[in-house]
Amino acid sequence: MDNKQVLIEVSHLTHIYETEGEAPFYALRDVSLQINKGDFVAVIGTNGSGKSTLARHLDAILLPSEGDVLVDGLSVKNPDDVWKIRQKVGMVFQNPDNQLVASIVEDDVAFGPENLGVPREEIIARVADSLKKVGMESYRKHSPSMLSGGQKQRIAIAGVLAMHPECIVLDEPTAMLDPSGRKEVMETIHRLNKEMGITIVLITHFMEEAVTANRVVVIHKGQITADGTPEDVFSKVEEMKAGGLDVPVPTELSYRLAQLGLPIRGDCMTNKELGEELCRFVLKK
Amino acid sequence: MSIRVEKVNYIYGKGTPYERKALDGVNLEIHKGEFVGIIGHTGSGKSTLVQHLNGLLHPSEGRVTVDGVDLAGKDKETIAKRHSVGMVFQYPEQQLFEETVKKDIAFGPTNMGLDEGNVERRVRQAMEFVRLDYNTYAERSPFRLSGGQQRRVAIAGVIAMHPDFLIMDEPSAGLDPVGRMEIFSRVKEWFEKKYFSVILVTHNMDDIARLATRLLVMHNGRVAMDGKPMDIFLNHRKELQACGVDVPPLTDTLLYLKNQGIPVPETARTVQEAAEKMADMLKGDTHAD
Repeated sequence: MDNKQVLIEVSHLTHIYETEGEAPFYALRDVSLQINKGDFVAVIGTNGSGKSTLARHLDAILLPSEGDVLVDGLSVKNPDDVWKIRQKVGMVFQNPDNQLVASIVEDDVAFGPENLGVPREEIIARVADSLKKVGMESYRKHSPSMLSGGQKQRIAIAGVLAMHPECIVLDEPTAMLDPSGRKEVMETIHRLNKEMGITIVLITHFMEEAVTANRVVVIHKGQITADGTPEDVFSKVEEMKAGGLDVPVPTELSYRLAQLGLPIRGDCMTNKELGEELCRFVLKK
Repeated sequence: MSIRVEKVNYIYGKGTPYERKALDGVNLEIHKGEFVGIIGHTGSGKSTLVQHLNGLLHPSEGRVTVDGVDLAGKDKETIAKRHSVGMVFQYPEQQLFEETVKKDIAFGPTNMGLDEGNVERRVRQAMEFVRLDYNTYAERSPFRLSGGQQRRVAIAGVIAMHPDFLIMDEPSAGLDPVGRMEIFSRVKEWFEKKYFSVILVTHNMDDIARLATRLLVMHNGRVAMDGKPMDIFLNHRKELQACGVDVPPLTDTLLYLKNQGIPVPETARTVQEAAEKMADMLKGDTHAD
């Protein structure tokens, strides 16, 4: 994409957790990162690497100990801009049961725009539109408690959409879901990214999810250790494993086959790519 | 030794508009020495089922017995049998409550009526099981630990009760690959030493493929499939998908390649194993020419 516009600018961000009686813990150390409008960025890292801490800075839930985060030019450190930032950047969390507040789906989705002071007629339109975009319009009058995990997460996403955000940050949104729920959520966020140009920042432990992003950022011990396309990042199989992370199955398999002396590319990202490599090899003989 | 589930129905919210049959005529026997994986989509009944296995839920109809003892009873023998089936819930760290790691782990064995010396021994052993150093962590507050460490404390609390059957409901949810490996390698080791049988509820098919000796697939409150994991993955994929679940990522890749006419070791359980066998197969092909 030409003409890339920066939406989020993280500069020299350090975050220190202080607990009484214990040494200060540097969850993030001098992290700088730009996220462009319309991008789909996956952030991966081990437990305790700092990736959730980073995510929580993007809409001012946490504030920098040092450095700054600018969202569309607004600093998270300026208390007057916090609500504008939270309208631009919506968050979806891991546990679907902890983030739905109302007893009826449409009330839940309306919660955000109500708080923004959006007029009633407009809220009704936004709720209908948001539910449609996540494919949940027929559940408008349902109780969230009766929905599956994947459906609850889609309601949470609709609640964020109703605020007309530019960016959605999702912190392990599929960790508690079954495979079909995971698929629902992943398809939904890809559609929002493609069709509406919404910037997506996806924190995940699932490499099959990260490989579908345009860009993968690896965080290790509070610092960015890799940043690039999924091909750039996942092809470094040994480094990823040494850092306690996995790579997608087709990538690891192609890498190991190449290591064992088969003349194929060692950085296939998908089954299809690996299939094409191996087909050629099998035909060649 | 075995857990038997006999003609069990379970109905949530009976008599309310939300009445729902969560278990529908389940018959099942789980023997000591098995490593049983239970999969199924959300709402398939798998969590309801495992909560019946140690008497946390009682059947609306039918019965559950452990070594012939009906878990619906309230006598000493029933309680002892319920203690022999340990349960690690999803996100078990949310249930920590004591001031120190040691006290939290000691809660179960103390309730079982063990004397202090025995409890102490079990706490040490359980901490060694989850690889938490006793001297460093025993006196610390569990709430000051990282999420991964908290989970290990919670698991240790169940291990300290010396269960014959260990039920784990998504024990690796939210853990990174290393955290997952750590938990499962210890569980596997103790399973192999026959300290306990394992019943593992999970969405992670890799874990099932690597660990389970038997796979149950739940669907609409029934046991829809019951067999050897690899047999179900390789020969019954359509039925599996109809139940809202699928084969492990590695099996998916290997079956895809097989479909493309590429020779693959389809029963491989790890990428390493698959790569080594495939390299031989493909090189072997070349030699034959």
